[in-house]
Amino acid sequence: MPVTRLGAHTYGIEGVSLTSSAAVVGPKEGEGPLGSEFDQVWNDDRHGEGTFEKAERALLVASQNLALQKAAWSWRSVDLVLGGDLLDQIVSTDFAARTHGRPLLGLFAACAVFTEALGLAALLVAGQGFRRVMVSAVSHHFTAERQFRFPIELGTQRPPTAAWTATAAGTVLVTVEDGPLVVDSVTFGRVLDWAGKDPNDMGGAMAPAAIDTISRHLSDTGRSPSAYDAIYTGDLGNFGLQMAQVLAEQQGLDLTPGLKDCGLALYDRKRQDVHNGGSGPGCAAAVFSGPLVRRLTSGRLQRILLVATGALFSPTTYQQGETIPCVAHAVSVRRFAREERAVLS
Amino acid sequence: MDESRRIEQYQSLVKRMSPKRPVLRNVLWAFFAGGVISLAGQGIMWWFERQGMSAQAAASPTTVVLIGIGALVTGLGWYDRLAKRAGMGAILPITGFANAMVAPAMEFKSEGLIMGVGARLFTIAGPVLVYGMTAAFLVALLRYLITGVA
Repeated sequence: MPVTRLGAHTYGIEGVSLTSSAAVVGPKEGEGPLGSEFDQVWNDDRHGEGTFEKAERALLVASQNLALQKAAWSWRSVDLVLGGDLLDQIVSTDFAARTHGRPLLGLFAACAVFTEALGLAALLVAGQGFRRVMVSAVSHHFTAERQFRFPIELGTQRPPTAAWTATAAGTVLVTVEDGPLVVDSVTFGRVLDWAGKDPNDMGGAMAPAAIDTISRHLSDTGRSPSAYDAIYTGDLGNFGLQMAQVLAEQQGLDLTPGLKDCGLALYDRKRQDVHNGGSGPGCAAAVFSGPLVRRLTSGRLQRILLVATGALFSPTTYQQGETIPCVAHAVSVRRFAREERAVLS
Repeated sequence: MDESRRIEQYQSLVKRMSPKRPVLRNVLWAFFAGGVISLAGQGIMWWFERQGMSAQAAASPTTVVLIGIGALVTGLGWYDRLAKRAGMGAILPITGFANAMVAPAMEFKSEGLIMGVGARLFTIAGPVLVYGMTAAFLVALLRYLITGVA
């Protein structure tokens, strides 16, 4: 059976591969420690587009086209596109769909949208209806600044817990055909609100949701954290990761060899002035679709749990003094070992 | 453990563990950057006085020059870099007011001159004007009630 219910929140999946992926990032992300592991690095944030909103869309389309190219798929062979972004009415994802003309399910889960889409895609493909599904997510630093914070040139001082929205896009292709990686289980998260109010500290607000999803995933699958070479959260950043570790300890959850975070890995915090680290839907999407997929494919990593985290607030809700609800969705991805392939064929 | 108690405990832990702002460094930056801007303003004012203006008359053209410089430096993309370090030292002087007007104008130019620049020009500076004028009115009213001088 391709989909098995493993617990209240987790589904085991068989026969679903990731056949190719692509990550395209902005200049700052290219200068970070992972810079050489992305498929394309833009020289400037605008990339010749008239507005940053158009640039964000172009970033998304570039990662989608590149992923297709690498798999030698045509757009016409894609059954469904799943994905999302941060902008109001998810315009990047929606507008990009005007040109590709494939059926689209636009999703919103703030920065957690990549694993929401990946998990859904894996279930849909395992359900044996869809054969080729594209999953993507994108964010752009300057469009997010405008929507959630201040005009770019306005002089402001950011607190140490503020996150830096990444200019990044990631796309993966999910299929029934053989691929170098497989999705083996998916855990969708509950929305938790632990009364975090500060939009400049999303890491602290999201940490409880991340630990909730991770602990549910582990108990549903009966795995210990050591079953993974790494557990990557999406964008908790420096402080959020610290809080997640404290929470795990409090709950008696031993996460050795320890948590890692895509947002923290994306930049050099000392050199790049990003305060808490990277964030945004494109952050987890690009770090996974570029560096992590490469490391899994090469065998440097065997299995990882990707737990993208999202703070589900809008500028209106925080101005009205509301707390920030958060969510985290987890997808377990592992290398499809050569021996397995031999047995199957 | 009761859920609300757990959340309360978590929030106090977040408060305790949050990395602290570098207050001393910020204050020093604000003091010296604000001081340098004010000194420049004083220099400009002296220059106008040397052209034969009275101190009172020199104040207006000085403000205009400082606003011009603030707007220019914002347009060149430098003012936000200064304010990032100098904080209130860069925001409080009149150059900061210019920055608060020009930054949204640049940002929302893409939405057009009416609904973009026109409607959003006072997004940041608006509250300063509203409460500045309200405060000025109240103080003037008090002065009138107490001293009888309008």
